[in-house]
Amino acid sequence: MRLGKHDTKMVEGDMTAMIDMVFQLIAFFMVLINFSQDDQNEKISLPESELAKPADGPLESPIVIHLDKDARVYMGANEATVDSVKVLLGTEVAVLKSNQKSAADGNIIIRAHRNAAGGKVQDLIAKCQEMGFEKFALRVKEEEHQ
Amino acid sequence: MAMRVKTPDRADATLQLTSMIDVVFLLLIFFVMTFRIASQEGDFSVKMPLQNAGGQPLEPDADLPIKLRLKADASGSLSDILVNDNQSFGKDFVKLRAFIMQMTPGGANGPGNSDGPEVELDLDYHLRYEFIIGAITSVTGHRQGDEVIRLVNRIKFAPPRK
Repeated sequence: MRLGKHDTKMVEGDMTAMIDMVFQLIAFFMVLINFSQDDQNEKISLPESELAKPADGPLESPIVIHLDKDARVYMGANEATVDSVKVLLGTEVAVLKSNQKSAADGNIIIRAHRNAAGGKVQDLIAKCQEMGFEKFALRVKEEEHQ
Repeated sequence: MAMRVKTPDRADATLQLTSMIDVVFLLLIFFVMTFRIASQEGDFSVKMPLQNAGGQPLEPDADLPIKLRLKADASGSLSDILVNDNQSFGKDFVKLRAFIMQMTPGGANGPGNSDGPEVELDLDYHLRYEFIIGAITSVTGHRQGDEVIRLVNRIKFAPPRK
């Protein structure tokens, strides 16, 4: 008995709609992705405030300092204590000076853990003042509404 | 002389999309895995003038600030709010805000173009930071719908109590 030959031509589905959708998803994630790790630290849980609104414009010469609940200080990839933070701040001052600026032009953004001791935040501000910084911003996150 | 032109095979004209789809899906997986939903963040500006050895500002302000004393219990929680060392608000930030509104030119509508009164925060050393932010939130302003009405623009810290 002779069997009829099957058509071996490849069957292809129409991929156009799927590719459209996948490209739209990629565009969505690309727009929202934030590669900057400077202002993020998983050890910090910011306090909440109903008045939290992003600033109208970026701060001039921002320097982000993280303070966790055990009073450890993080600046970028570096870790220090409140007492030894001046070493790290010295590097930032040198960078500002190389850009013809002074410490007074810098904006210190303090991202402190909600359970950190308030006195430690004050100590941190005092250390920054000793290095010549004058402008500070206490960062908070938006209050979650029910 | 007649010339025969060979017609191209229409079946070979389809694009090979397989490798592109592979790459596109890898990109998609990368973005999905690295995506984090971050809540909106904002800043409170704090004025901290340079101080001399005695802890006094080099350029003292002409107007006396509203002194806000925040007391903590042993666990670091807020136990009492004192204004100018004589008026107690307990732990009630709402009453504190109402008081600040009375002290602000323009009342609940804020001081307008002026900065409003200055507030100095004097806190126990071990008071948890979230209560400081609660106090700053109460004195700084309030929300009316999506709009933020500013009451106080100048906030500073007293020297730390150790």
